[in-house]
Amino acid sequence: MTTIESSPEAVAATTDDSDAPSDASDTWLDRISDTLSSTDHKVIGRLYLGGGLLGLLTAVVLSVLISLERIDGADALLDEGALPQLFDGQRIALVFGALLPLAVAACIYAVPMQLGARSIAFPRLAAAGFWMWFGGLVLNAIALINNGGTLGSDSDMVGLFIVSMGLMAIGLTATAGAIATSILTTRAPGMTMRRIPPFSWSALVFALGVILVMPVFVGTLTYVFLDHRNGRTGFGGNEGIFDWVGWMVTQPATFLFAIPAIGLFAEAMPITFNRRLPARGVMFAGLALIGVAAFAAVTQQNLQGLPWAGSDLSTDDLGEKAQDLVPYFLFNVLPVIGIVLVALIALLCARPDGEIKVNITPAFVFGFLGFGMVLVGMVGNLLYAIDDLGLQGTVFEEATLVYIVYGAAIGGMGATIHWGPKLWGPAAPTTKAAPLAMLAVVGTVLAAFPLYIAGFLDQPAGAVYDDGDLSVWNILSTIGHGVMALTVIAFVGLLASTNRSSDDDQPVDDPWDGQTLEWTTTSPAPRDNFVDVPVVHSAEPLLDLKQAGSSATTDGSTA
Amino acid sequence: MHALPAAAPPAPKRQLLVGTALAVVAMFMITGGMLAVWALQRTRAIDDTGTWLPDGVTIPEVPTNVMLISFIGICVFAQWAVYAAHRRDRGHTVLALGCSALVSLLVINAQAFSYHEMGLGIGDGTYAVMFYGVTGLFVVLMIAGLLFTAVAAFRYIGGRVGDNELIVAHAIYWYAMAAVYSAIWFVVYVTK
Repeated sequence: MTTIESSPEAVAATTDDSDAPSDASDTWLDRISDTLSSTDHKVIGRLYLGGGLLGLLTAVVLSVLISLERIDGADALLDEGALPQLFDGQRIALVFGALLPLAVAACIYAVPMQLGARSIAFPRLAAAGFWMWFGGLVLNAIALINNGGTLGSDSDMVGLFIVSMGLMAIGLTATAGAIATSILTTRAPGMTMRRIPPFSWSALVFALGVILVMPVFVGTLTYVFLDHRNGRTGFGGNEGIFDWVGWMVTQPATFLFAIPAIGLFAEAMPITFNRRLPARGVMFAGLALIGVAAFAAVTQQNLQGLPWAGSDLSTDDLGEKAQDLVPYFLFNVLPVIGIVLVALIALLCARPDGEIKVNITPAFVFGFLGFGMVLVGMVGNLLYAIDDLGLQGTVFEEATLVYIVYGAAIGGMGATIHWGPKLWGPAAPTTKAAPLAMLAVVGTVLAAFPLYIAGFLDQPAGAVYDDGDLSVWNILSTIGHGVMALTVIAFVGLLASTNRSSDDDQPVDDPWDGQTLEWTTTSPAPRDNFVDVPVVHSAEPLLDLKQAGSSATTDGSTA
Repeated sequence: MHALPAAAPPAPKRQLLVGTALAVVAMFMITGGMLAVWALQRTRAIDDTGTWLPDGVTIPEVPTNVMLISFIGICVFAQWAVYAAHRRDRGHTVLALGCSALVSLLVINAQAFSYHEMGLGIGDGTYAVMFYGVTGLFVVLMIAGLLFTAVAAFRYIGGRVGDNELIVAHAIYWYAMAAVYSAIWFVVYVTK
């Protein structure tokens, strides 16, 4: 067990803690009330996690329905009038319902503990952000159910659809502001920016990206809403909504929201190979590169294409080609370079010098597989942007989005299992968690890869197509989404069973043999995380202690 | 069992300043994004019809220019508040904050007067929608700034004299608002 030495004053102070969690005598209503109104970052993170898993399940179910509809490209299985809402719902649920909240959840519950902070900065702002996001998500669902959305015929519900997206964006920006401020201001003494854990760095890049991108989205939504309510002349009414704001729910904006999943992979590799992370600066630069490229989203264009048609890679018109290549490189290639940099540095942890002690943890399994799915999605986007391949307007783009979102969701599940002991005590066993990760990857590949093939075979992005041979790819995609639905349900079951085992199993403070500060406090972590704020002398303060063989302890008062 | 040495609780590291800076970045992004779309739509309209400003609409230049000049006043008063707060001079700090609030009210008033003078209905086409979108955002940000000033003033009146960080953050907000309005003034009122 690892702990922080506590001063006698601090220990005494904890015995009279008026903010202590509710005791067993509280009613369930009190506990629910405490949870919903809490400003504890771990509780806010759990709320985001719950909402994100619900959003992910909704997105998966909508994807199953759309895939079912696509099995027969000629006949409609579902009510044709509902299809626009289904497509809108799928995209909103994938990005705003699942990808963003799962990323925010991991950042909120893990980062303050990694920094050695007692709380998140601006906790009320973070909590308010959650409720704005959740309220927006509910209103969005109501709008879509009642014939709103981009092609909806109920004007009020279309207006509600636009407003709800703005509400979600403002909420997420508020929470991202709390995350970024925490990382910049609440680090433990001695923890320079270079010493913060890779996951916290990824959270900073993610949060700053959200702060930069979301306001632009909200501004354009304001125009679109006012135009929709007043004349519909300049922005195309409801049919123009996605022309103006669709960039937020497609690539490269989604790369930005997947950065914490990549950060989990970077966090897991040193733990897995029991090494210090080499070349931290390069790793951090790789994560930042992804963020910089994703910032291209503020150009408010759905695609930074590479128009190469008819030139056959000749050297004619080099100046004109350079004009095409530069934005293509900056917006599409740069994030791939960033993620490859992260992979290369992470792989250095496994370099064969000296004895390697491999410690396979759920974070590694989920992080590695999620990272792989996100990478495949990014590479797919590279191809999608090349005009000559003729992929634009096909289902290929949806496949890219599914790879990114499901990949990031796998990372989000891994983060939950990794830091779960700090949230509720017991750790989920790797033997149960790892098969779930495998199942999630099977679901992701089956859901998305057939659509890559169908995209090359020119299946249009909607539900209707003429070529009957395409059915097989849509059947496979349906099965993939179904497998993903099972994975999400099984994951929730795993979390529930892990929680239930708390009476029998003694929680372990450092179940994964970690290197960073969060593993120095108890499992589950107390409300203020640490009784005393630890002093940090390196990027891996806990590993320092373990390697020094320190055994100095207190009398068990670990916070 | 391993043990890390305990440190003294860290002093707050300018949390409010960093938070305000991030909020300012968000303000710049939303204004910049909206003005970028404004420029795009303006170019399209001029290409299509040769005009952007609707017939019969005249921008009232006096109040819009006075609003720009007023921001000099707001910034001076906000900086005066910072100076007084550093000297722990409660009277002058509150007076400076009050002056900031008064001039920001003047700006909101001038914006409302501009709306009245222009007589533009929000449903009068793309220009009207975008005009009210941009200037409406500006008014919302002004009201937020006014509330910020009120909170800072009440905290000082209530005795939080050492709370310099709040006053500095307040000044940063108004400097940023001056930049925001300068951009709106140039794009919307000067370039037209």
